[in-house]
Amino acid sequence: MMESSETKTGNARQERLSALASASGADLLDLWARLGIDPACEMVRGPETGLVALRGRMGGGGAPFNFGEATVTRATVRLENGAVGHAIALGRDRRKAKLIAILDALAQEPEMEVKIETEIVAPLKAAMAARDEKRRAETAATKVDFFTMVRGED
Amino acid sequence: MYVAVKGGEAAIRNAHRLLADRRRGDRSLPSLTLAQIAEQLSLACDRVMAEGSVYDRELAALAIKQARGDLIEAIFLLRAYRTTLPRFGYSVPIDTAAMHVERRVSATYKDLPGGQMLGPTFDYTHRLLDPSLGRDGDVEEPEIREGDDAKVMRVSDTLAQEGLIEDDGDVPGEEIGDITRTPMEFPMERDTRLQALARGDEGFLLALGYSTQRGYARTHPFVGEIRIGEVEVKLDVPELGFAVTLGRIQVTECQMVTQFAGSAKAPPQFTRGYGLVFGQSERKAMAMSLCDRALRASELGEDIVAPAQDQEFVISHSDNVQATGFVEHLKLPHYVDFLAELDLVRRMRGEHAARRDLQESMPEAAE
Amino acid sequence: MAAGAHIVEGGFADPVFASQSVFRAVMDAMARPGPVQAIDTDLRPPAPLNIAAAAVVLTLADADTPVWLGQDLARDDAVKGWLAFQTGAPLAGLPSEATFAIAANAAALPSLSSFALGTQEYPDRSTTLILQVETLTEGEALTLRGPGIKGSETVAPRPMPGHFDMQWRENNALYPRGIDIILAAPDAVACLPRTVRIGEGES
Repeated sequence: MMESSETKTGNARQERLSALASASGADLLDLWARLGIDPACEMVRGPETGLVALRGRMGGGGAPFNFGEATVTRATVRLENGAVGHAIALGRDRRKAKLIAILDALAQEPEMEVKIETEIVAPLKAAMAARDEKRRAETAATKVDFFTMVRGED
Repeated sequence: MYVAVKGGEAAIRNAHRLLADRRRGDRSLPSLTLAQIAEQLSLACDRVMAEGSVYDRELAALAIKQARGDLIEAIFLLRAYRTTLPRFGYSVPIDTAAMHVERRVSATYKDLPGGQMLGPTFDYTHRLLDPSLGRDGDVEEPEIREGDDAKVMRVSDTLAQEGLIEDDGDVPGEEIGDITRTPMEFPMERDTRLQALARGDEGFLLALGYSTQRGYARTHPFVGEIRIGEVEVKLDVPELGFAVTLGRIQVTECQMVTQFAGSAKAPPQFTRGYGLVFGQSERKAMAMSLCDRALRASELGEDIVAPAQDQEFVISHSDNVQATGFVEHLKLPHYVDFLAELDLVRRMRGEHAARRDLQESMPEAAE
Repeated sequence: MAAGAHIVEGGFADPVFASQSVFRAVMDAMARPGPVQAIDTDLRPPAPLNIAAAAVVLTLADADTPVWLGQDLARDDAVKGWLAFQTGAPLAGLPSEATFAIAANAAALPSLSSFALGTQEYPDRSTTLILQVETLTEGEALTLRGPGIKGSETVAPRPMPGHFDMQWRENNALYPRGIDIILAAPDAVACLPRTVRIGEGES
């Protein structure tokens, strides 16, 4: 059901789309503005907001169950050269979804892909890693170091 | 019989206008921004997201502002909003083992791999009101500790290595139930029970969980592990042909471990209750895991002796939007219903008086 | 990229209004079985999916409604990709798991009883079959009677599945369970809800 002619390039594209979706809309817009391009595009679908049912697993690793929903926004664009780009991200930021779809379409051209990777995706990933590292270090500072007390007998 | 009555339109309009005024309060004070609510009342937002069953922090903040801080009203608003949105699909199950952990504690093992990390907890505070918060003082940056990146292992995996604990949990069949799509039927499988509990009222589940500790379905639980942090949400996107990450959500997970004496089917071992809730919602996750375990009574061959073990009782009454709807509808006009009851009571009183008069007029008959 | 570009094309230009108008046509056709309802859309589905069948499935199907595809359609990656993008509906492996079924080839249709038939408690949990036909007016005339029909109505679809009369009587006998059929000619639909009786029988 999920076959696609694009699985060959799936990994790079998958990672890129994931990094872009995880970024904040403001950060993304900022980096995009620095790229200084504004390609004409046609909205094929969206941007539209809906829900994704979220699943967890009982006991952490057992049978799946639905435990709530989250808002998501998706978009599909087509550039003038015919390249089609998709986007879907948590939240209701329509501008972000459209921007990701445009980047997805642009990145289908190898030269542009390199530019997008180095000037947008890499900085976003670095910012995310720095944020994670800061939080990890803050959490680590609250780790309990146990001391064994001297026992009462002898 | 219903008699249609019209009226009150101007009263309702003016009441809404008055509500808007009272919600805003003193105009000489600045209005709260949604970002302020999301950042500084973040646990209220977490509760609204969890019981509203929609993960969207900004919407939760908006709902809280609109509801004047009435969280059940805010939850109602969020539930109403979700019905206007199409559902695009179902996420790949989140992987809580890969969580970016912000807090992890265990009451069963002191020295577990990854350690006890307290995180931003109210525990060990003295619950003394802090007058300095009434002023806008500076708040210190958190302390950091570098170079400590031990993997945070699951406590249940530690016990599982010895075979002392049951598996993570399974349900028969492949279909994953969804109470938002299919009417509830009892008995209910564990997947749909967990879904109902995850959106259930924190206070109700807390009271039920408490009741199991006080002896109504005694289970003697331990917190195997509580972990709070961010997990990635992934979705299989048909037009792409692969799963993409949509972003991260913060969740609280609780693994409650309970001693089990064994049955004809299973040897003595530890059994588990599971809690999984949006945001930092530790009390709710713990209450949920206690209720989950109690509701597994018939699966584990235990006698059903207490309310917390009764699926129909717990699940049918856990939803605070349903509960508030049914309780609060009582204040809506019931003029005709009541008129009928009034007639009935008058008639019964008449009959009652007539019987008494009859008895008094024939005293000899009573002897 | 060619296949990727293809699946995103040919959907409703204005999904809200287009699906509302198709929904109205299907609702009228279901409520008053027999009369043919025109389907006028700008859809360009990949063959062998016809326009009316595509319009109905785009209007009704979503991520919560498994769709089963008949032989000719299931073999076609363009059809599967197009439906996946346009509706988000998962594919049902078996007819009995389908909320909607689309068949382009009446001759290869499995028996009607192999679809989901609903339960006594939830008769609505049955399959709605979208059956593509070449015509609704030039085939063999079927006389319809039942709720929503004053006296009788006729519809003349072609081609129809083998032993359709007998299969439909069996479907009638399951009431309140049973499947409903939407007959989809390229530019129009007519419906056979489970309550409709076919033939010259008692009214």
